[in-house]
Amino acid sequence: MMEEFEPVIVAFCCHFCAYTAADMAGSLRLCYPANVKIVRVPCSGKVDTIHILKAFEGGADGVYVAGCLEGDCHFKNGNVRAAKRVTYTRKLLEDIGIGGQRLEMVNLSAGMGERFAEIARQITEKIRKLGPNPIRNLTRPVTEAAVQTSKEQTLQ
Amino acid sequence: MITAERKPLEEIIEYIRPFQKILLVGCNECVTVCAAGGRKEVGILSASLQMSLLKQGKNLQIREHTLERQCDPEYVEELTPMIDGVDAVLSMACGCGVQEMSRRFKDKPVFPAVNTKFMGASERQGVWAERCQGCGDCLLGITGGICPIARCSKQLMNGPCGGSTTGKCEISPDVDCAWQLIWDRLKALGLEDRYERIIPAKDWRPGRGAGPRKIIREDLAE
Amino acid sequence: MKTESVLEKVLASGNLAVTSECGPPRGCVPEKVRQKAELLRGYVDAVNVTDNQTAMVRMSSFAAAVVLRQLGLHPILQMVTRDRNRLAMQSDIIGAYSFDINTMMCLSGDHPQFGDHPMAAGVHDIDSIQFVQMVKKMRDEGKFQGGADIESPPRMFIGAAANPFADPFELRVARLAKKVAAGADFIQTQCIYNLDKFEKWMEGVRNRGLHEKCHILAGVTPIKTVGMARYMKNKVPGMDVPQEVVDRMAGVPKEKQADEGIKICVETIERLKQVKGVAGFHIMAIEWEQKVPEIVERAGLYPRPNVGI
Repeated sequence: MMEEFEPVIVAFCCHFCAYTAADMAGSLRLCYPANVKIVRVPCSGKVDTIHILKAFEGGADGVYVAGCLEGDCHFKNGNVRAAKRVTYTRKLLEDIGIGGQRLEMVNLSAGMGERFAEIARQITEKIRKLGPNPIRNLTRPVTEAAVQTSKEQTLQ
Repeated sequence: MITAERKPLEEIIEYIRPFQKILLVGCNECVTVCAAGGRKEVGILSASLQMSLLKQGKNLQIREHTLERQCDPEYVEELTPMIDGVDAVLSMACGCGVQEMSRRFKDKPVFPAVNTKFMGASERQGVWAERCQGCGDCLLGITGGICPIARCSKQLMNGPCGGSTTGKCEISPDVDCAWQLIWDRLKALGLEDRYERIIPAKDWRPGRGAGPRKIIREDLAE
Repeated sequence: MKTESVLEKVLASGNLAVTSECGPPRGCVPEKVRQKAELLRGYVDAVNVTDNQTAMVRMSSFAAAVVLRQLGLHPILQMVTRDRNRLAMQSDIIGAYSFDINTMMCLSGDHPQFGDHPMAAGVHDIDSIQFVQMVKKMRDEGKFQGGADIESPPRMFIGAAANPFADPFELRVARLAKKVAAGADFIQTQCIYNLDKFEKWMEGVRNRGLHEKCHILAGVTPIKTVGMARYMKNKVPGMDVPQEVVDRMAGVPKEKQADEGIKICVETIERLKQVKGVAGFHIMAIEWEQKVPEIVERAGLYPRPNVGI
């Protein structure tokens, strides 16, 4: 028997909303799955297609980009741009054969600790059902690689 | 600029399928500006190809490199130290860049990763539109600065045809009627009289008419 | 007389001219051309033979025009710049004239996108105005467009199209003036349903005296059904079908709509006869050629004048 599949999920979280919401979830002692690895970004609009691809290339099973609520972006419309990029990248993931549904865009505010935990749970369950990233075991050991490459890329 | 769009992934994969190691080359000029083949797109294509082939059980080795200008022999020379280590070259430059690679590296297969589209300008973020067809004998001085060759669907030099409707071309409501634009411009400039002059049939020799074109500047050529 | 064209003779005689249209078949069936031609015999002065109309492949207009000519009718050879460069056009013009075809229409043609070969390259070597210039030069100077002499030049009576209903309206008379300056002898207009707008256009035409420099044939098309009226109103670029026309068609039962369409067409001709500068009518009964005689008779345009051909 194979051991139960534990998905690795990379969440690109905007510093001004989702990242703070994650903090709040922590201080409220809300449980959310340890599968979600957070990469803090200055704005969801900073996340590019290449960062998302590198996460999958590193073995992530799912990725989501978490930005501010519509109209609340600190940089005016970074979250709107992020959403468009996510749509584009989903199509690309479909072409590559990874599957577009492994990528999502979510919006929340800094005060939504509860919602942050809920999103983390929902997406983890969804990815668990989808099963592993088809190239997961064909690359480097996952988790660290997924987060590391994403971070390196984001910093570039 | 020369605009381009990435080819479908499937088509690119078919080109490189027989090879183990490829050199993926971007260009820092036009294709960077139109987000088709610059450093960033090289990274995206590289990751996409690697993942897609990995899924099919193949570990493709890709070396990424983006040149300052792929249509210029000086810059292409940069690739010389890398070329022996690869089986094939995949170029993300326009057709000019791809052909410069073929010319320089005679024993390496070179494949295009983009479709070169047209000479155009950026209308707004993420939107590029055709502006020039390189006819070799510019008419813009007599058409209010708007080109009927590149922008009229029927290439009418004495338009507009009977299909112009509320400023749009009959082929699509997304296409402006070039002659409406020309007329509006002529009016704005007080040059309505110019419309009445018949533009004579064009000599296409400076365009493609006389075969492949070449410019030789005697003062510069070696 | 510039040419031997019957159309020119009728127009010169001061009679209202009548032309109609024959769309060649989509196959090697010359008998279909003959059938259509026989429907029109005696009721029109000349018959336009369309050139791959709506950008669909059909028997060449040249070949179909020859069929018509051999039956003793007078074809107007339509030619579009979409499918031929200037070499091909000039050679076809010489060819046609050698078969006693002496009247033609110089058009740019529908864009390939509207037809069944949207993948085809549009040629557009020259445009319709330059085309008129070229045919005039062939006739009046006896020279090819490239400058060389023609041995026994073709003497074509030169037609062109005008659409008074396209935008920008203020250019519609100006563009006609360019066609006339280029050498158009006669003009056939887009089909007219919006008479007010047409009259306004004709006023502009008269103000510039263009009706004295070329003959203007007003285009009419009988409507078969209310569906056709709606389609032309909403879907055909450059067509102007007023709501009243659609409503009038919709106001009669389906089986009476064809009659109503003919009636509208005849009334349109009657009103257009009153417009100064209108020199005749071009009746485009699309795939409905059998109705042309009835329209011509009811509009009081029958019998056709005998100009001694």
